[in-house]
Amino acid sequence: MKIVVNYDLCESNAICMAVAPEVFEVRDDDFLYLLTEEPGEELREKMEESVRRCPKQAITIEG
Amino acid sequence: MTVVIAGASLAGLTAAETLRAEGYEGAVIVVDPSTTIPADRPPLSKQVLAGEWPPEKAQHRAAARVPELALDLRLGVAATALDAATRSVTLSDGSLISADGIVLAMGAAPRRLPGNQPAGVHVLRTMDDCLALRSDLDKMPARVAVIGAGFIGAEVAATCRSRGLEVTLIEVAPLPLGRVLPGELGGFIADLHRAHGVEVILGLGVEGLDSITGTDGSQRVSGVRLTDGNVVSAEVVVVGIGVVPNTGWLEGSGLRLDNGVTCDATCSAAPAIVAAGDVASWPNPLYDEVMRVEQWENAIEQGEYAAKRLLAELQGTELPAPFASIPWFWSDQYDRKIQMAGRPSSSDEIIIPEGSIEEQRFVALFRRGDLCTGVLGVNRPRHVMQVRMKLTESLSWDSAFSVFA
Ligand SMILES: Cc1cc2nc3c(=O)[nH]c(=O)nc-3n(C[C@H](O)[C@H](O)[C@H](O)COP(=O)(O)OP(=O)(O)OC[C@H]3O[C@@H](n4cnc5c(N)ncnc54)[C@H](O)[C@@H]3O)c2cc1C
Ligand code: SF4
Repeated sequence: MKIVVNYDLCESNAICMAVAPEVFEVRDDDFLYLLTEEPGEELREKMEESVRRCPKQAITIEG
Repeated sequence: MTVVIAGASLAGLTAAETLRAEGYEGAVIVVDPSTTIPADRPPLSKQVLAGEWPPEKAQHRAAARVPELALDLRLGVAATALDAATRSVTLSDGSLISADGIVLAMGAAPRRLPGNQPAGVHVLRTMDDCLALRSDLDKMPARVAVIGAGFIGAEVAATCRSRGLEVTLIEVAPLPLGRVLPGELGGFIADLHRAHGVEVILGLGVEGLDSITGTDGSQRVSGVRLTDGNVVSAEVVVVGIGVVPNTGWLEGSGLRLDNGVTCDATCSAAPAIVAAGDVASWPNPLYDEVMRVEQWENAIEQGEYAAKRLLAELQGTELPAPFASIPWFWSDQYDRKIQMAGRPSSSDEIIIPEGSIEEQRFVALFRRGDLCTGVLGVNRPRHVMQVRMKLTESLSWDSAFSVFA
């Protein structure tokens, strides 16, 4: 599973960080960083949750 | 088995999606008087109104999933009556459905000013509302008057300014956003708009609208009469004075209605009837308060929760723990991104641990005794979310404040 963030859409509101802090991190510079681009399968549900909650539809899951 | 969902917008479609995700294979009938799947609403006061986005872009994610969810989607059809005891639902096309489970997700409708509504007067809830307003703005009116400085009014004012229009923002309360924000911060919002050239009128109500009669006899708005006798001349008027939950059709259903559909702590209104989104009112166990939340993320979170809760009831499995949530929303005004989590009241103490109001970039925490009731950030998204994550565990002031230690 690969996580892709469309940074043109993302507005760093950190909703995804609240769902999965082990994958998404909004830092002091107010940009979103992916801590891993290929989270393990055990995180699939959380990744789907992040996709659902992202107000900007900026997150997609590949594979 | 049949589940009926009233409302095909954010909360309703999220509930439908969740039912399928949880393995429910029975019929899902979704009804909505809208003739198309409702648009995602936040862009309607922002990108679409600004003319930056074509309408198609304001589609919420769940809408694209409708085909694969195998829903019996009945657009242009409203639910018109319910008998809660037997769960029979009457629809506007005359059909009667006997449902095993019901999700109430009808949202809310904008309040209007009393009296006749001349052309040029708008409310903003649906894509049609947005496009009608946008087409009036395209004609470059000399001035737009926005009545009500809540979030919708404030965003509309900002978007109109970004289109180069003259704007007057009129609020009956002494400060903008008085319903949700402690005083000092309402002052910040007022100043932000003034700095961008909006004429902000506070503490004055609206007496009525003036209109002129066109050559064809039609009425068109020409101004807003204030309670002090002054008139704000405006060719376009936007009314943003709050919303009313769409519960009219539930009168006589046996459900309790009090500022929305009254639910228990698990979003249940009656056996196998749940509610979610702008229409649902429930006691949030994290706060000592019955809440109705008119916010985007809540519609998703509660839509998911209500669907799971309903399925558990239908399948006789253990019910989930009460719906405990720290409400969160965002609002974009000019280049400021405002986010708020929690449920402060206007009397809470404000503490600013990061940045300053002068810089227009700060975090404000709200304190009531030993509790942190919420957090607001202006261009500080990370801190808002960090505090929110703490609040989800407990409202303890010390724990929330530790984010800034
Ligand atoms: C212009 C605008 C901008 C916004 N911006 C933000 C923002 O920036 N941030 C934020 O957090 N929130 C924002 N919101 C709020 C957010 O969009 C709402 O909280 C959210 O849409 C609520 O979803 P819902 O599904 O509960 O209700 P709704 O979206 O109102 O949908 C309810 C649906 O039920 C249907 N319905 C009504 N009556 C019946 C009936 N009798 N039978 C069947 N169906 C019925 C309606 O037609 C409607 O389609 C904004 C709202 C608006 C209007
Ligand atoms: S939730 Fe979406 S918009 Fe917000 S930070 Fe994550 S990817 Fe960006």
